[in-house]
Amino acid sequence: MAMRIVVDMAEMMGAERLTPITSAHIDGCLYHGDSGVEFAEHLVRRDGKVCVPTTLNVGALDLLNPNRVHSDSHTSEMAHRLMSAYVELGCKPTWTCAPYQAGHRPGLGEHVAWGESNAVTFANSVLGARTNRYGDFFDICCALTGRAPLMGLHLDENRRATVLVDTGSTSSALKQSDVFYPVLGTWLGETVGSEVAVIDGLPSEISEDKLKALGAAASSSGAVGLFHVAGVTPEAPTVESVMSHSGRPRIIHLSAEMIRATRDRLSTAHAGRIDAVAVGSPHFSMGEFAELERLSQGQQFKVPSYVCTGRGVLESLESAAGVESLTQRGVEIIVDTCVVVAPILPGTGGVLMTSSGKFAHYTPANTGYEVVYGSLEDCVASAVAGSIVRDETLWN
Amino acid sequence: MTTDLIGRVLVPGDASGTLLRLRSPISFWGGVDPRTGIVSDPRHPNHGDSITDTVLIVPATAGSSSSSAIMLELLRSTLAPAALILARHDGILALGVLVARELGYGTIPVVEVTPEVLQLLPEGGTATVTMTGSIELQ
Repeated sequence: MAMRIVVDMAEMMGAERLTPITSAHIDGCLYHGDSGVEFAEHLVRRDGKVCVPTTLNVGALDLLNPNRVHSDSHTSEMAHRLMSAYVELGCKPTWTCAPYQAGHRPGLGEHVAWGESNAVTFANSVLGARTNRYGDFFDICCALTGRAPLMGLHLDENRRATVLVDTGSTSSALKQSDVFYPVLGTWLGETVGSEVAVIDGLPSEISEDKLKALGAAASSSGAVGLFHVAGVTPEAPTVESVMSHSGRPRIIHLSAEMIRATRDRLSTAHAGRIDAVAVGSPHFSMGEFAELERLSQGQQFKVPSYVCTGRGVLESLESAAGVESLTQRGVEIIVDTCVVVAPILPGTGGVLMTSSGKFAHYTPANTGYEVVYGSLEDCVASAVAGSIVRDETLWN
Repeated sequence: MTTDLIGRVLVPGDASGTLLRLRSPISFWGGVDPRTGIVSDPRHPNHGDSITDTVLIVPATAGSSSSSAIMLELLRSTLAPAALILARHDGILALGVLVARELGYGTIPVVEVTPEVLQLLPEGGTATVTMTGSIELQ
């Protein structure tokens, strides 16, 4: 069945042939309904086994702390069966949407088949590996067959930029901040859709966590699967080297108004009390935990506060003795899942504050909460105050 | 008067229904509730519309790669559109339909149209999608 689906998709999308892949990342292990379980168990019954190293994205359960997720018993049981089925197929139980920060890092030019929109964009853009935006079910079919249709972002010509984003007029203070990148990503996804953009004028020492936040937001608001940052990402030593040869490129000069308007759209609430804070989409890295530790030292959070991360990062954090000080301040660390894919937030609604562009995007539809977007520093200050505190100076 | 329009067949089938054209890009995951078939993203201009049994025109998709899973779930619970008309080369929704066929949940026609054909498709009314990819407006 897996090979049939790979071939059917290849024909449907107009690929001439298949390419071998070296790894896969599977998004299908998150429970959306019983159909996904039936699909995965069907593969298990037929003795399916992945033939390339394969990691798993989040599930709908925190397997290490089962009481954190308030699902009904049918959902919990089916979510568990789904996660178990993918492990039986030979996938590694990493349960993270940041597999690239859990040791799964394909190299430049490697063909892979990754699912989960942020993981796809990171693999393509930051690592220079080659994958399309593979939907649930297709990722595992590629992992089982070791093949993917040779098309789209697997091919050189489709990886070139057709849009140039000039950030020359954006202040360098904003470009140095973390809070800018989810906003830039959201704007990019809304503006370019599925086109490939090269962004010029960003600092050359930009951190991997900033690129992660940019890509995650761009692939939430749009269908971005690849972006380049001139002088930073591996396929774009310069703007010229990565621009498309065909047609005249679209050039967009990013203005302060565009950025401010996008930031404002990320929030559905703008002042007053908050009911919860959640960060960690994509899953928090060790570097982000260190920043949270620094910002929140000596403070006590008044509202329920959640940090979502992978179990690999949690282990490192535990060995660095970084867990206790955060939990004492009132932070709950969620692993294997996150607050927009599973019922974790208290009550049936309220206002959630986040530093994640992706959480800001999906919170209203998936949780019933209103959302406020701010920096990690704003989130800490707001969690301590119990109401929205945002530093506006960077944006003016 | 009937106008015939044609698209490329991604998944063959025959179906009729009310045309529903989504007014901005959508992620089915986080955008359509698989338990009701209703557009659930409060920031989407079609928020509150039911896609069930419609001939759904999707000018562009966005967001999650789990949209195929939502499509599969809609087909299993018979809340899916009657047909899909896609305007962008995006396999994620069509994939959900392919997998549904494999699992015996039934299938719906999926056609891909050019931007020119997309422009000619009206906002409402009834349409039939045929095995050959033609879209007949009534």
